[in-house]
Amino acid sequence: MDSRMYVLKFPKATIDQPIICNLMKLYGVEFNILKADINRQQEGLMVLELLGHKAKLKEGIRYLKELGVGVERVASRIGRNDDKCFQCGACTGICPTGALALERPTMAVLFDREKCSGCGLCVAVCPVRAMTVTLDHSAL
Amino acid sequence: MSHMKINKTIAEINEKIKTGQAVVVTAEEMVPIVKEHGPEEAARRIDVVTTGTFSPMCSSGAFINFGHTRPTTKASQVWLNEVPAYAGLAAVDIYIGATEASTDDPLNKVFPGEFRYGGGHVIEDLVAGREILLRAVGYGTDCYPNQKMEKKVTLADLPYALLCNPRNCYQNYNCAINLSDKTIYTYMGTLMPNGRNATYCSAGELSPLMNDPFYRTIGLGTRIFLGGGIGYITWHGTQHNPGALRGENGVPKRPAGTLMLQGDLKQMSPRWLKGISMQGYGSTMAVGVGIPIPVLNEEIAASTGVGDEDIFTQVVDYSHDYSHGIARNYGEVNYAQLKSGCIEVNGKKVLTAPLSSVTRAREIAETLKNWIVKKEFTLTAPVQPMPSE
Repeated sequence: MDSRMYVLKFPKATIDQPIICNLMKLYGVEFNILKADINRQQEGLMVLELLGHKAKLKEGIRYLKELGVGVERVASRIGRNDDKCFQCGACTGICPTGALALERPTMAVLFDREKCSGCGLCVAVCPVRAMTVTLDHSAL
Repeated sequence: MSHMKINKTIAEINEKIKTGQAVVVTAEEMVPIVKEHGPEEAARRIDVVTTGTFSPMCSSGAFINFGHTRPTTKASQVWLNEVPAYAGLAAVDIYIGATEASTDDPLNKVFPGEFRYGGGHVIEDLVAGREILLRAVGYGTDCYPNQKMEKKVTLADLPYALLCNPRNCYQNYNCAINLSDKTIYTYMGTLMPNGRNATYCSAGELSPLMNDPFYRTIGLGTRIFLGGGIGYITWHGTQHNPGALRGENGVPKRPAGTLMLQGDLKQMSPRWLKGISMQGYGSTMAVGVGIPIPVLNEEIAASTGVGDEDIFTQVVDYSHDYSHGIARNYGEVNYAQLKSGCIEVNGKKVLTAPLSSVTRAREIAETLKNWIVKKEFTLTAPVQPMPSE
């Protein structure tokens, strides 16, 4: 089983279709919705974790893309400025997925973007504003 | 100190440094040495222990003289990148404090405020060599007729810039939790409700004053690593409280001693002076400090051998107790527990996060060690000891 975080962008025309439901039925891909901003008048935005066999996931993503849904990995939308970060570790207390975590015993602050759900809690907690998360509509 | 078996002087150690024979280790490296060989043998083998800390230290700032204008100005109000500096000094002398907010900062009007730019950031920009907008107004006198000035300056343009931090290097600090039912935003970071997380702010066994709990070698005039350059201890810090509760090993279990530090800003680096923003609290500055401890005898060796599991602090509620000045705690924990990521408070597991960078504290201790090994840095005897009781 593979699991990855994705940002999906739904064009206006697809808003009335049960796309995620079909994704599950047709490809056996499980999903966990982390953020959803669906509006009839605009493009929709969804952040979700997809779980499934690698091949099935690939097929599922192709299905989404064929429908015109923008698919992007959350990992490509987040970043840490390592020049700014001074490895204090304040973010590790607030990160819900363990993407930001302390390595012991060195106490180095590790950042595993693959585990990040893009929640953005770390952005304001970071004392030097080293974290960037751009999942909003304008960024897509 | 005649009752000691090992008796070295700072002069002797400096002689060893000059001939490249001094044995220098970091405070972290000293822990297993003392454990394995005992304090006496450790004192025989080791000459200097280097310490380090890099964390937010609010009581920090810089004295700046920005040079005279033509015609001359007696500046009565001064702003650096729109952050007010204290100008109630001589005509062109100012003090910029780390926690001063920018004049147009919305503060906590939209709660919690972000405090993106303040005095600490001004100081970081200066040491980074970036241009700062200096703006001053004066009321005009016969000797200082000019009433307004504005110019872009860099640190190199300023005739004088002295980092002067009235309180740094707190000897131990509280572990903060929030026992209320809503999130709070403090200088100890964001604390989630019902004690869901805890924060702490000390490098533990690497921290300078943890390794010299009674200030036997650290005192007025001690030469140190400050902000990436050389600095000095110029007094004990504000709120210096040597009488705080101590453990059997002499290490305080509460916030205790503090240091006032000074050094020429022009030889410092932005890697070791960082403007920071604590959400909902304000802007401040992270300061890098490293202090060498001469191992003069077995007593000092024993002190520098202190490990994270020997250093305790109290768990304090910041939602009510701290803000109301109530001296109450929810138990004691040691730094080995804090650094493990999980402590127990009121029988419940609580996740911990640090605010003080251990990797950077280690880097400072290593840097100071290298300076000494390379004969670039020698030790100083205190001109006067700090109050120890």
